[in-house]
Amino acid sequence: MSKNLTPVTPRGAPLVRGNKSHKNTYAPRKKSFWKRLMNQKALLLMSLPFVIWLIVFRYIPVLGWIMAFQDYKPQNGFLGNEWVGLKHFRDLFNEPIFYRALENTIGMGLLGLVFGTISAILFALMLNEMRFIRFKKITQTISYLPHFVSWVIVANIVTTMLSLEGPINDLLTSLGIFDGPLNFMAQPNLFWGIVTSAEVWKSTGWNAIIYFAAMAGIDPQLYEAAKVDGASRVRQMWHITLPSIRAVIIVLLILSIGNLINIGFEKQMLLGNNIVTDKAIVIDLYALNYGIGMFRYSFGTAIGIFKSVVSVILILIANGFAKRIGEGRVF
Amino acid sequence: MKKQKVTAFDIVLLVFMVGVVVVTLYPFLNILAISLNDATDTTRGGLHIYPREFTWANYSQIFGGNDRLLSAFGMSVLRTVVGTITGILASTMLAYTLSRRDFVFNNLFSFILVITMFISGGLIPEFLLIRELGLMNNFLVYILPLLLNAFNVIVIRSFMDNIPMALTESAKIDGANDFTIFWKIVIPLSLPVIATVSLFLAVGQWNNWFDTYLYARGNANLSTLQFELMKILDNTQLSSGDITSGNAEYVAGQTNPQSIQMAITIIATVPILMVYPFLQRYFVTGLTLGAVKS
Repeated sequence: MSKNLTPVTPRGAPLVRGNKSHKNTYAPRKKSFWKRLMNQKALLLMSLPFVIWLIVFRYIPVLGWIMAFQDYKPQNGFLGNEWVGLKHFRDLFNEPIFYRALENTIGMGLLGLVFGTISAILFALMLNEMRFIRFKKITQTISYLPHFVSWVIVANIVTTMLSLEGPINDLLTSLGIFDGPLNFMAQPNLFWGIVTSAEVWKSTGWNAIIYFAAMAGIDPQLYEAAKVDGASRVRQMWHITLPSIRAVIIVLLILSIGNLINIGFEKQMLLGNNIVTDKAIVIDLYALNYGIGMFRYSFGTAIGIFKSVVSVILILIANGFAKRIGEGRVF
Repeated sequence: MKKQKVTAFDIVLLVFMVGVVVVTLYPFLNILAISLNDATDTTRGGLHIYPREFTWANYSQIFGGNDRLLSAFGMSVLRTVVGTITGILASTMLAYTLSRRDFVFNNLFSFILVITMFISGGLIPEFLLIRELGLMNNFLVYILPLLLNAFNVIVIRSFMDNIPMALTESAKIDGANDFTIFWKIVIPLSLPVIATVSLFLAVGQWNNWFDTYLYARGNANLSTLQFELMKILDNTQLSSGDITSGNAEYVAGQTNPQSIQMAITIIATVPILMVYPFLQRYFVTGLTLGAVKS
């Protein structure tokens, strides 16, 4: 299954090049390019429409990046706009809201990365140590469930749980921690924490799968040897299980660091409101509100380009760091 | 390995895991209880995992009283069915041609596909493209932009790579053309991966609310359950987003918006629970396959 990792690997028949000159110097079935194509009309029919789809829906939007260097107005079409150089980027860097959005994005991104990774590893470790096989299976099954429901539903759940008469306020009041119910959703300082908790709740079980799978591949003899040496279960987890999945952890960390700025806007848009907006505005939401909401298309595109550039830089830094500490790097 | 004694450590783990299960399931049960409870009674608070005054009223509001929610439910189902079928047809066809090493455009098309995993135009250019293509407020906006996904195609293609050549070769000698081979041999042999990808496509379609928000807000007929839920959520929160419809329209009758909101949440969750056992069986394979890829 792992033979053909990347579909770009050249394999089998050579492409167009050298077709005229070779004169049977190649292996037998060398028909001319056109002859082979004529025999593959069905294949062409089954792929060409989708390749055209890829060009239209995936490549043309990238060409749209030129808008960031123009004053794009819909009525002018794509080509008839005035070139303005880096004006939109300068505007962007002069907007205080942009820095707030950047701070919120990185802040919530980091919190999600740290707590998401820790909770997933911890959960996988615990699950791996479980002895009661039946209960272990049931727990794992239940733990995936929140991953498959939409953020709209999760946002609903979160606001219900945290509402004034909701269970969390109920619990904290009856334990005497709060004097009266607290309106969680209206506390700007709690917003990052709420988003992070929601994310941990939604994705811990799912993210743990990959660590759990890595743990299943550890040689049982290591544990046997440790047992003979008298290592406790906790020490085995620390000295065998965790080091064995180190490479997986690092690869996943590198990938998520690249995505630190691509945290999206769903959570913030669905959980946020006017009171907490200072803590809730993130880059994508900013691009959505300004770029589409206020018809500043060029400005919005500039935000998108900024995001892509930062994301590439982040992944290069993370990759270089992993190379330095001598661990599995991504490329 | 010999059977070991249950130690204190095991008990601690067990308690922790029970905690995880409770924290995961409690919110769903709580919402189920509210949705099945009398709306006026709910406002007293203190509901946990079973309803105090049982009623179906909140659900009959959705399926009886409110045309809009019923139509949103229908649209959610429709987009999920159509989107999944078209998506899986497109992905398998492209994947098949790319698994054929003798296909003259194999390398070129593979390259075009793989590049899309690394580049993205971003929100605004995609929005403008959809508008230029005239897809705004059009049902096709749920289908066309989501037709293909490079990752899915690659997962299917690696599965097809493992189908023995002998099968397809012999069919070819019997005079079958490439399309017949695809339809009669490759598809039936690829059912496990097709099941996995279909389920993922279906969940993605069912859960999507953002494309309705961005592209289809202007056409009430295209509203989906997730989008209706998002609007109610938006209104119950303190925000004054740009969506103007108040919750008043839902209040007609004896239920309150919160109870309706919970009932919609349950209706939107149940289909996920229904495909869940199937998902469960397949997705681990799909995921490990993906892990090998990256």
